[in-house]
Amino acid sequence: MSSVIKSGNSKQNWPENYRKGAEQAKDTRIRAFYEAGCPSPDTPVRDVPLVALDFETTGLEADQHSIVSIGLVPFTLTGIQLGQCWHQVVRPRLPLHKTSVTIHGITHSEIENAPDLEDVLDPLFEHLNGRIPVVHYRNIERPFLNTALQWRLNEQLRFPVIDTMAIEAHLHPNRNPSRWQQLMGKKPISIRLADSRLRYGLPHYASHNALIDAIATAELLQAQILHHFSPDTPIGDLWV
Amino acid sequence: MQAELLDIRNHIAQHAPFDEMPEELLDRIVTGIEVAYYRAGTQILELGQQNYWLHYIRSGAVEIFRRSGELYNRIGEGEIFGQFGLLRNQKVRFPAKAIEDCLIYKIPYETFQHLWENDENFADFVEIEDHSRLRSAVSRRHKSNELMSAKVTRLIAREPVSAPTTVRLQEAARIMTDNGVSALLLMDESGDSPRLKGIITDRDLRTRAVTNALPSETPISEIMSEGLITISARSYIFEAMLTMLHNNVHHLPVMEDHEVRGVIALSDIVKYESQSSLYLVSNIYHQNDVKGLKKISREVRDSFVRMVNEDANSHMIGSAMAGIGRSFSQRLLELGEEKLGPPPIPYCFMALGSMARDEQLVVTDQDNAMVLDDSFIPEEHDEYFLALAKFVSDGLAECGYTYCTGDIMATNPKWRQPLSVWKDYFTDWIDNPKAEALLNSNIFFDLDGIYGETDYAEQLKTLIVNKASNSQRFLTFLARNALNRTPPLGFFRTFVLEEDGKHQKTFNLKRRGTAPVSDLIRVHALACGSRSQNSFERLRDIAKTKLMLDDDAGNLRDALEFISIVRIRHQALAIEEGRDPDNNVRPEDLSPFERSHLKDAFQIVSNAQKFLRFRYNAGGATRNV
Repeated sequence: MSSVIKSGNSKQNWPENYRKGAEQAKDTRIRAFYEAGCPSPDTPVRDVPLVALDFETTGLEADQHSIVSIGLVPFTLTGIQLGQCWHQVVRPRLPLHKTSVTIHGITHSEIENAPDLEDVLDPLFEHLNGRIPVVHYRNIERPFLNTALQWRLNEQLRFPVIDTMAIEAHLHPNRNPSRWQQLMGKKPISIRLADSRLRYGLPHYASHNALIDAIATAELLQAQILHHFSPDTPIGDLWV
Repeated sequence: MQAELLDIRNHIAQHAPFDEMPEELLDRIVTGIEVAYYRAGTQILELGQQNYWLHYIRSGAVEIFRRSGELYNRIGEGEIFGQFGLLRNQKVRFPAKAIEDCLIYKIPYETFQHLWENDENFADFVEIEDHSRLRSAVSRRHKSNELMSAKVTRLIAREPVSAPTTVRLQEAARIMTDNGVSALLLMDESGDSPRLKGIITDRDLRTRAVTNALPSETPISEIMSEGLITISARSYIFEAMLTMLHNNVHHLPVMEDHEVRGVIALSDIVKYESQSSLYLVSNIYHQNDVKGLKKISREVRDSFVRMVNEDANSHMIGSAMAGIGRSFSQRLLELGEEKLGPPPIPYCFMALGSMARDEQLVVTDQDNAMVLDDSFIPEEHDEYFLALAKFVSDGLAECGYTYCTGDIMATNPKWRQPLSVWKDYFTDWIDNPKAEALLNSNIFFDLDGIYGETDYAEQLKTLIVNKASNSQRFLTFLARNALNRTPPLGFFRTFVLEEDGKHQKTFNLKRRGTAPVSDLIRVHALACGSRSQNSFERLRDIAKTKLMLDDDAGNLRDALEFISIVRIRHQALAIEEGRDPDNNVRPEDLSPFERSHLKDAFQIVSNAQKFLRFRYNAGGATRNV
């Protein structure tokens, strides 16, 4: 099995994109993000500063739903620094759907008193700059952040991510058993965050919030690399 | 700390030494944590490597090794490692290896130091030696018991009532009645100051004076008890209780600087603690047949459970149970003599093993023997002593003291012999030691005369004390036997961890816990010529001779106390739940407190065994049983 995680971004030259992005950026924060640079694809993952990122959102569509909270924690393969984690509730553009209130465990008053995303961009970028984001399921954090910035700053933010779910999908290509296998009692393999963690002996977290999920994602990546890749694996094989 | 990290804080706060920590310290820990993942088989800490982290296992399992590469411990979720090196030069002293995939919370040295300086509990825990942790566990348990903390002087309600030894029987009885006392002290007034000479009690008046219809003019000195058992005013109430139990006396003069401060009676202690086992003891003497004894023997277990619930220590419980067992034996001997007539020649009935050591519990068999006068002629006398031995042994079995499976009972002719033969037995055991023979005769080196000519037993003790300490070969054999039973390494999850890394589901708290300790204490005690039988008293004698460092003796005492009390609680719980008490324990039956401290205690026992092997040149590897 090839150890390269494939995606539509496989042909992207990320360091070059960052250089161009820095030249074209109008907003100082976006420019600073690009200027912090992107490691070359052949850099061993052990040498790459990472940041686990998780958003809680009002729904799944970036153009219809909003970010409610952001959790992130900077880390490297050898350690996740809890002291540097960051968690922020932000006010969504659209009214909170009732069901999502219970999912997120965030109250209405918390949200009403929360700042707009634009007001917390400084601390957000402070954590993101110079780090490769790690997410579990790449179709949330990157598009939501991109859409939110487009809306507020009228600029895009393009960056590679390491997707721990894509890694699980890559490791379990035949996770959905055929009808015949289902008849034989074979169960599909779940690549959701909590289920994936179980396969690595990682503990169950009782609560769910953007920060705990970001930490959970960081732990999962550490485990994945030690089990199926190596600290010397080039970052270019992993990002998507 | 971010509220979103509560999950992490809560996990840490469930485990010692973090479980009693204030929130601000816990917050400080969480914000300092670096999380790291290790695959099974990874060496987490290498010997001698620089390490600046305290490691907390969030999930998974880790093996800790000694410098020699020997397995030291296996630990799991919620436990810490790496602290030994942090306290010294930040160099790893105990290497650690992941045996399962592990998620480790690494707490930086800076935080470690802050905790160490600001949280006493934490400092005690990590500073180890494991031993001091055990000591605070042992002392924490005992502070609540009043019997343990109150002095005998609290029981003295009045000035002592006394009379000169020259008074007559009737006069003595009158003084007792006038003063409303059940015991009268008799003073020798011939010298410069009166000196305590004897005592006479209500019971003495009944049994010695009235029954024999003595004339009222009989000098009291003819029927008083002499050679009094007394107690110091500095003693604790439980010590008075033990003294009464051991000597079967109901009154104790309390002495201070050679003067009598007062007299305490059994009833004073019973009043102080209405359900005392002393009450049961006095009841035993009121039974007139085996049936009656059997009936009250059911109360033994209640009495045991009560003492446990009152937080008595193991010495106290062991002595009380032995006192009760001794009383059953003594009463049975009295009843046997009533039935069979007086003995044709003097004899001594000996208790052996745990009863002799004052370390008896509720699950116990009978170990006893008879030492007969040297005028013994088997054809003439043995029929009587066999009948008596059988009466006592059967009676004890009726009362719940099962027959000894090794046949160490006075009913066995081998153990019903004249004093000279007994002396030959001991001489042979000590002069020509054979491992096999000693394995079975170990038990004879814990002996106590409990009835009749107890001086015979004292003579045997003297012989042992004089010979054993000089016989290096004997001590070596005895030490070798004492190493046959080893403690387990500790616990790992729901298993008992063995030194070879294997797991067992249960373990025997007597065979793997208390017995190895009393065995090794016996060897040292014999080596230093101690006459004591009780393990705690033997330890005190051993410490005095410097054969063992004070610290080591203290640690061993704590270890024995803790293992004993866990064993005792285990049995008390079984009784309360209507099950048959035994010595087999599953780790999941133990509280986290017990598990953690038992582990420390086993470590101490294991070290003490190593010292024993070295000290007596007992060689060879210990064998796991």
